[in-house]
Amino acid sequence: MSTETLTSAPASGAELRAFLHGLPGVDQVGADERAARLATRSIKNDAKAQAIDMAITMVDLTTLEGADTPGKVRALCAKAARPDPSDPDVPRVAAVCVYPDMVEHAVGALKGTGIGVASVATAFPSGRAPLEAKLVDTRAAVAAGATEIDMVIDRGAFLAGDYLKVHEEIVATKQACGDAHLKVIFETGELVTYDNVRRASWLAMRAGADFIKTSTGKVSPAATLPVTMIMLEAVRDFRAATGRMVGVKPAGGIRTTKDAIRYLVLVNETAGPDWLSPKWFRLGASSLLNDLLMQRRKLATGVYSGPDYFTLD
Amino acid sequence: MSDRLAVRKTYKLFIGGAFPRSESGRSYVVNDARGRFLANASRASRKDVRDAVGAARKAFGGWSSRTPYNRGQILYRIAEMLEGRRAQFTDELRAAGLAKNAATAEVDAAIDRWVWYAGWADKLGAVAGSANPVAGPFFNFSTPEPTGVVGIVAPDSPLLGLVSVVAPAIVSGNTAVVVASEPSPLPAITFAEVLATSDLPGGVVNLLTGRRAELAPWLASHMDVNAIDLAGAEEAQVKALEEAAADNLKRVLRPVPGDWSDEPGTERMTAFLETKTVWHPVGV
Repeated sequence: MSTETLTSAPASGAELRAFLHGLPGVDQVGADERAARLATRSIKNDAKAQAIDMAITMVDLTTLEGADTPGKVRALCAKAARPDPSDPDVPRVAAVCVYPDMVEHAVGALKGTGIGVASVATAFPSGRAPLEAKLVDTRAAVAAGATEIDMVIDRGAFLAGDYLKVHEEIVATKQACGDAHLKVIFETGELVTYDNVRRASWLAMRAGADFIKTSTGKVSPAATLPVTMIMLEAVRDFRAATGRMVGVKPAGGIRTTKDAIRYLVLVNETAGPDWLSPKWFRLGASSLLNDLLMQRRKLATGVYSGPDYFTLD
Repeated sequence: MSDRLAVRKTYKLFIGGAFPRSESGRSYVVNDARGRFLANASRASRKDVRDAVGAARKAFGGWSSRTPYNRGQILYRIAEMLEGRRAQFTDELRAAGLAKNAATAEVDAAIDRWVWYAGWADKLGAVAGSANPVAGPFFNFSTPEPTGVVGIVAPDSPLLGLVSVVAPAIVSGNTAVVVASEPSPLPAITFAEVLATSDLPGGVVNLLTGRRAELAPWLASHMDVNAIDLAGAEEAQVKALEEAAADNLKRVLRPVPGDWSDEPGTERMTAFLETKTVWHPVGV
């Protein structure tokens, strides 16, 4: 595949389809097995302490509920800036992720902290809206100050084989983003096969995504290790082919420190250490942060801690 | 001699209503009173303590919000199950060194003890609570509330002692993590089977077998444990355990000398209660 193909707009739907279906298939059993094997790595205390801090810096602290209030968003922002009020050594998280109408509250609360404000857009989580509505949604979030936009792809169009429509939506949204980073959510739980995950990854990267993200967190299964591994392989191969680096963000269902560390191992073993930075790898989560803080304190004090000692969110 | 092969039982832990092996994969040999091999029991690790405390915390909300009447019914149901396993318990106690009559008497005493505590479920509030006279236009009530997750280092009396420390902790709505007797853990695991086949929600009682000296400090220092009963703790270790427990102000019940067949009294129940006092304006 030439670099030109991978960076240029597809000439036609048929060309794009031929490209995506020309990608090698994923060995499902092999992928599951490899991801499971990497998850059994034993991480000793020193490495664990470093991994916990690294995972905290990679968290996109998320609240995407119908019941979100400005007050809840401000509380979340305070937690993002100082995850453990009793310990100033705990690093900050990477970003706060909210709905578009909450962006202004997050921007106000995070001013001067250097923490990014990510906003979901494009009729999240279903993506079932006209393109114009999706673009208005995106522009509103960017205008309110979002530095990162998490868009969802049109899974219906993707599954129906209308790849060109998906491609064009990503390109249009990317344009609407301006300077904001664009993360493209596949909702892998709805894509059915690993082959589709690989195709969606290449499709999004070719359309100009800065990040590819597994799920909305609203559909089960959300992020899984094998799916993330396939996406990490895709970004690795894409860089090898074009020289452009694309980030990966698993989101949804990552609740424990153990899970988070498994993802870090996967990144290191699949895409390589270049991706071990909040610039290229994020963890979309909400309850994960408390577990990371709890494990961090266990390592520091030597005794097991409890949820009573950390803020609720 | 029959030609059958004996079906040997694998004794496992009891955590969150399930019977897992120890996370560490370790086990230890349990001998009978004459030193002959009896069984292999799981030797729990600190991570099993952690898992058990997690399960107990998860079960606390549901168990503590049941009505006292309902808790009493469930405890009584456990007594029914115990009654059905009398023969098995008697055999296990005999293996632990008791004579036949003594073993039978101990099993009967344990069941009676359990029934006695079950009866307290809907009476404790009336006895330990009060309506207080106050200088103002208020009704003022104090009601006993469960304290949370109770860590229990069970004594060496394998059945009566175990029952006498577990029942008072859970009857008021607490959940428990129990470290069973180290030399004779088998009746405790059989007791866990009784709990699993009654209506007790998973996680209300979690049972670990293994080295007491290894497990007790993790239980005493765990910040998510609200109280600890040191009934079976080794004397030399009690002071250190109390110090570890002080970190998050756990309620500590020190070992009390005496025989488990003595009248129990209400102390073990009231030790794991907190008092909630409500002021309610008169005439509203």
